[in-house]
Amino acid sequence: MLTIACPHCGPRAQAEFVYERTVDSVVPLDAEPAEAVAALFTRANPRGEDDEIWRHTHGCGGWLVMRRHRVTHAISAIRAIGPETLP
Amino acid sequence: MGRYSALSLLRGAFNGQSHWRPAWRHPDPKPAYDVVIIGGGGHGLATAYYLATRHGIRNVAVLEKGYIGGGNTGRNTTIVRSNYRQEPLSRMYETSLKLWQTLSDELNYNVMFSPRGALFLGHSDADMIRLAEKGDAMRNQGIDAELLSVDQLRKIEPLLDFSRDARFPIEGGMIQWRGGTARHDAVAWGFARGADAAGVNIIQRCEVTGIVREGNRAVAVETTRGRIAAGTIAICVAGHSGHVAAMAGLKLPVESQTLQAMVTEGVKPMVQTVVMSQSLHCYINQSDKGGIVFGGDPDNWPSYAQRGQPMTLEGAVAQGLALMPSLSRLRMLRCWAGVTDMSFDGAPIIGPTPVDGLWLNGGWCYGGFKATPGSGWLFADSLAHGRPHEIVEPFSLHRFERGAPVDENGVGPMPNHR
Ligand SMILES: Cc1cc2nc3c(=O)[nH]c(=O)nc-3n(C[C@H](O)[C@H](O)[C@H](O)COP(=O)(O)OP(=O)(O)OC[C@H]3O[C@@H](n4cnc5c(N)ncnc54)[C@H](O)[C@@H]3O)c2cc1C
Ligand SMILES: [Zn+2]
Repeated sequence: MLTIACPHCGPRAQAEFVYERTVDSVVPLDAEPAEAVAALFTRANPRGEDDEIWRHTHGCGGWLVMRRHRVTHAISAIRAIGPETLP
Repeated sequence: MGRYSALSLLRGAFNGQSHWRPAWRHPDPKPAYDVVIIGGGGHGLATAYYLATRHGIRNVAVLEKGYIGGGNTGRNTTIVRSNYRQEPLSRMYETSLKLWQTLSDELNYNVMFSPRGALFLGHSDADMIRLAEKGDAMRNQGIDAELLSVDQLRKIEPLLDFSRDARFPIEGGMIQWRGGTARHDAVAWGFARGADAAGVNIIQRCEVTGIVREGNRAVAVETTRGRIAAGTIAICVAGHSGHVAAMAGLKLPVESQTLQAMVTEGVKPMVQTVVMSQSLHCYINQSDKGGIVFGGDPDNWPSYAQRGQPMTLEGAVAQGLALMPSLSRLRMLRCWAGVTDMSFDGAPIIGPTPVDGLWLNGGWCYGGFKATPGSGWLFADSLAHGRPHEIVEPFSLHRFERGAPVDENGVGPMPNHR
């Protein structure tokens, strides 16, 4: 199990968190139709690092953006969600 | 290729069984093929087999980065069924089930297809209504389904916990008797042997590392054993679909996630059917060797690691033990995981891609083993004719942007809520 450092609560067991989706799936409010379709229905899904949105569901309830490697599972960065962290 | 038969075994008894030969060759890759199939799992091998035996296309290579069947084909819980509500899914999986019924004869290789019944338990009135609806949908499409009362169930699976204070009280069930299990390795080996005999080159330890394009056409693959040119390139790499498609600049509607399974020590027959549940995420069957095979939910977060987290497996086992308490006495022998390509509507993606000459067969989520012969049959037909077979048309890569997903569970574009 991963240890995830919630920006609000500090390090907690992964069991408290739920993966929601990737950052590349966030649809910008002014998206053109093709852009919205791409965001809704496609993923880079790399065999490497990607930015993911997780939620501390069974904790404080806050969202966070996690950069994580899809093979080693190593977490390289965690930030609280906000205007600066999303497209 | 020598045919396997009782007679050849008997003859072997007199010459120390020295007549056995390797079941397929190990050729070096040629510089070019008519069709290059990426991925030596059941789907890739079945596609090659039917291309060579049904469509006369024999200049075919199957490129496998590890050993054949080492991916999800050799990691699944071997459940075969065709119990879907939606017509496109029923047609495709039923095509496959019909092929399973004669596959051992077709391949002259025992795939141990065992139609022991695929059973879904219901734990509430809502579950029973859903099972009845599904059964109706199946029967309307000519597929067998039988709704079971608790009394009928008791006779079929006496070890289930039927008590009223069970954690998951059992209200009834629905069974597809023609469903069951098969020996997963044998499926890969049988198709490999048949394809090889028909002229296909099966090349193991050959990883595709790039897809070469000329304009909008895919013309060759780069591999760890050199460049190989191809008239048509077909991707059959399950959990690695996104990674391989990205080599051609494509972004797919899939997310790769881990799915786990486990098996106990072998015991005498105690689970007769494949036991699944309308409300739980655990499925149980007994292998022909006697081991109890358990599966559960995907881990529900993206990973290519081929190793799962114990939490998820524990959840599946806890549910299984609640359904069948006597299983608690067994020891777990092994657990393992595979990388599944979770699609956005839970249905597979089969057909051409926006890159000319590049075809995709993926998005099988956690349920593509049962589709192996059907997928191979329909994909080979599609490749041979350069158009999707009519049965796979609904599974096009473009269905999402057209607003035409095949969403059996009505969940929406949520690969981690399947
Ligand atoms: C734990 C588990 C339980 C399951 N249970 C069931 C079940 O009960 N019933 C059911 O119907 N389905 C089940 N499934 C799903 C099923 O196993 C798969 O959908 C199916 O086997 C996919 O077959 P495939 O041939 O497409 O993929 P695979 O067998 O995974 O084959 C793909 C191959 O491609 C190779 N490859 C990948 N990348 C490259 C590359 N770059 N170059 C060359 N080769 C490459 C891989 O090494 C692999 O061998 C389960 C899956 C898992 C993981
Ligand atoms: Zn928190």
